[in-house]
Amino acid sequence: MIKTESFKPQDQEAGQAAPPPAQTPWGRIRKQFLLSKTAAAALLVFALLFVVAWGAPFFSPQNPYDLAAVSIVDAELPPGARSEASGMLHVLGTDGAGRDLLSAIFYGLRISMAVGLLSAMAALCIGTTAGLAAAYFGGRVDAFLMRIVDLQLSLPAILVALVLLASLGQGVDKTLLALVIVQWAYYARNVRGAALVEQQREYVEAAMGQGLPAGRIMFRHVLPNCMGTLIVTGTLQTAHAISLEATMSFLGIGLPQTEPSLGLLIANGFEYMLTNKYWISVYPGVALVLLVGAINLIGDRLRVVFNPKLDQV
Amino acid sequence: MFGPLLQRIRDSLIVVALMSAIAFTGIHLIGDPIHLLVSPNASTEEVDAAARSLGLDRPLHEQYALFVKHAVEGDLGRSFVFNRPALSIVLERMPATLEMAFVALILALAIGIPLGLVAGLMPNSWAHKLIAGFSVAGVTIPTFWKGLILILIFSVNLGWLPSGGRGDTGQLFGIAFSFMTWDGLRHMILPATTLAIFQISMVIRLTETGTRDVVQQEYVRFARAKGVSGLRLLARHIAPNVMIPVVTAVGLEFGHLIAFSVVTESVFAWPGMGKLIIDSILHLDRPVVVAYLMVTVLLVVSINLVVDLLYVILDPRLRARSK
Repeated sequence: MIKTESFKPQDQEAGQAAPPPAQTPWGRIRKQFLLSKTAAAALLVFALLFVVAWGAPFFSPQNPYDLAAVSIVDAELPPGARSEASGMLHVLGTDGAGRDLLSAIFYGLRISMAVGLLSAMAALCIGTTAGLAAAYFGGRVDAFLMRIVDLQLSLPAILVALVLLASLGQGVDKTLLALVIVQWAYYARNVRGAALVEQQREYVEAAMGQGLPAGRIMFRHVLPNCMGTLIVTGTLQTAHAISLEATMSFLGIGLPQTEPSLGLLIANGFEYMLTNKYWISVYPGVALVLLVGAINLIGDRLRVVFNPKLDQV
Repeated sequence: MFGPLLQRIRDSLIVVALMSAIAFTGIHLIGDPIHLLVSPNASTEEVDAAARSLGLDRPLHEQYALFVKHAVEGDLGRSFVFNRPALSIVLERMPATLEMAFVALILALAIGIPLGLVAGLMPNSWAHKLIAGFSVAGVTIPTFWKGLILILIFSVNLGWLPSGGRGDTGQLFGIAFSFMTWDGLRHMILPATTLAIFQISMVIRLTETGTRDVVQQEYVRFARAKGVSGLRLLARHIAPNVMIPVVTAVGLEFGHLIAFSVVTESVFAWPGMGKLIIDSILHLDRPVVVAYLMVTVLLVVSINLVVDLLYVILDPRLRARSK
């Protein structure tokens, strides 16, 4: 149904690209995006978190999962305390096992972000293909795909995730799979909506008249014009995926203890909270809220930037 | 009118059937619970006997066929852990969950609508900024995290409210309810608020957009011209027209509240269905997990069905089209 060669960048053809404006589209989008100070700040926060997560081994004061570096003597130290064993400064304190919390958060961010982004990417590919196919072929294909989407979206995402994780069991691969299954339907629905609008346009008719294969029209003609929808959906769904993974890991049915994401760090600190050792849970939570919040704000701004109605003003 | 209705009912049944198959098949793939149930030094014969008595020795499709047959008769198997019918264990916990979801629903409307009205009527005030900020935070912050922060502030630091459990309950029609006693109410406040914040934020957004629309309508301007103002204008002309879509949208949210009670119940050790399923997943208590999933999916699907029906009944345009 979908031909892989249609993805190849070299089969570019003239007459398909948008008419060149005075400014490149990406430049215009960047300019409009940065008009909002909140969005600019959110982008900065996200960039910082991304760098810190990517370079966790480099930025962390300690490797929190290196047993030689961690000493149980340092357990539950408050923020700003120094290690009794090594004299190291623990800016955000230590957790129940004596790990430096700041380092654990950097590593946790990395896992949370990787799981969120990976699942969002996979769901994007599957959902986009399904949405484009539903819009292009219409009829039975459309009815069948959208029936599945409707059925799935009629249930709360957390319930679907719960059903899947309860049946699949714990693990990184299973959590990823559950997140992809939960998310693909949102992409499919939104992309189908955008593609249906695009297909009314003459350039699609022209492409069909040329007798181009379906996969090529879908991916090289329709899809580039649905990018706005795709980017907005992708951003907001990534935030949703990170939040859902954190929730499932907090409940103990998501990622295993060997892959401590932010949700697990928070869960591990929960028991200390009641004795007012708040930092073990609170700081990983702050990191999580910053991450999800920044992505959400970026997504909200992108929605405004890509909305053609607001574009004309 | 009956065509779409039958189609909706058929769709709902498909959802329930699919979910039951996924849950049953999947749950069978993880760990064999028999090793958790018999003592480690039991002989092979003893293990086999136990597996036989629980039906765990038969092939998967036979177990599923048997499961469906019994499920239709209202029997979802016996809990491995409690050794009692799984369905009755789940149903015993249901009132606690429904009570909390219902209180959260009322909180969402009681807090969300007034705040949304204020935000919609005063678009450039500091109050609007504050409310908008709250609603962004309410949607963004994960539910379990809201619960932890509320516990930290109101239980650990201020010591005003209990951090977990259900407290004393009072009997009403033979069912235990927390709102019947003062102690129960105190235990209810934090979990119900945690659960409600997301929906409060949603109601604020819906009410705010609705108010902005309604204020510009002819009938409001006419009422103003007539000299109607202040509270009377708000209560008689604006609020009723804003509230209709909000209330219907919130009806659909009841299913989300029940699903999300898994999170609040785990955080606050609230003895409802949500805490039960997490415990059961961790104990590999398959029949209870399947029973919970069946009950919850059925509950959510029925709520959606009822709300859809209400749409058709209440909205004259839809009624006319389906004739």
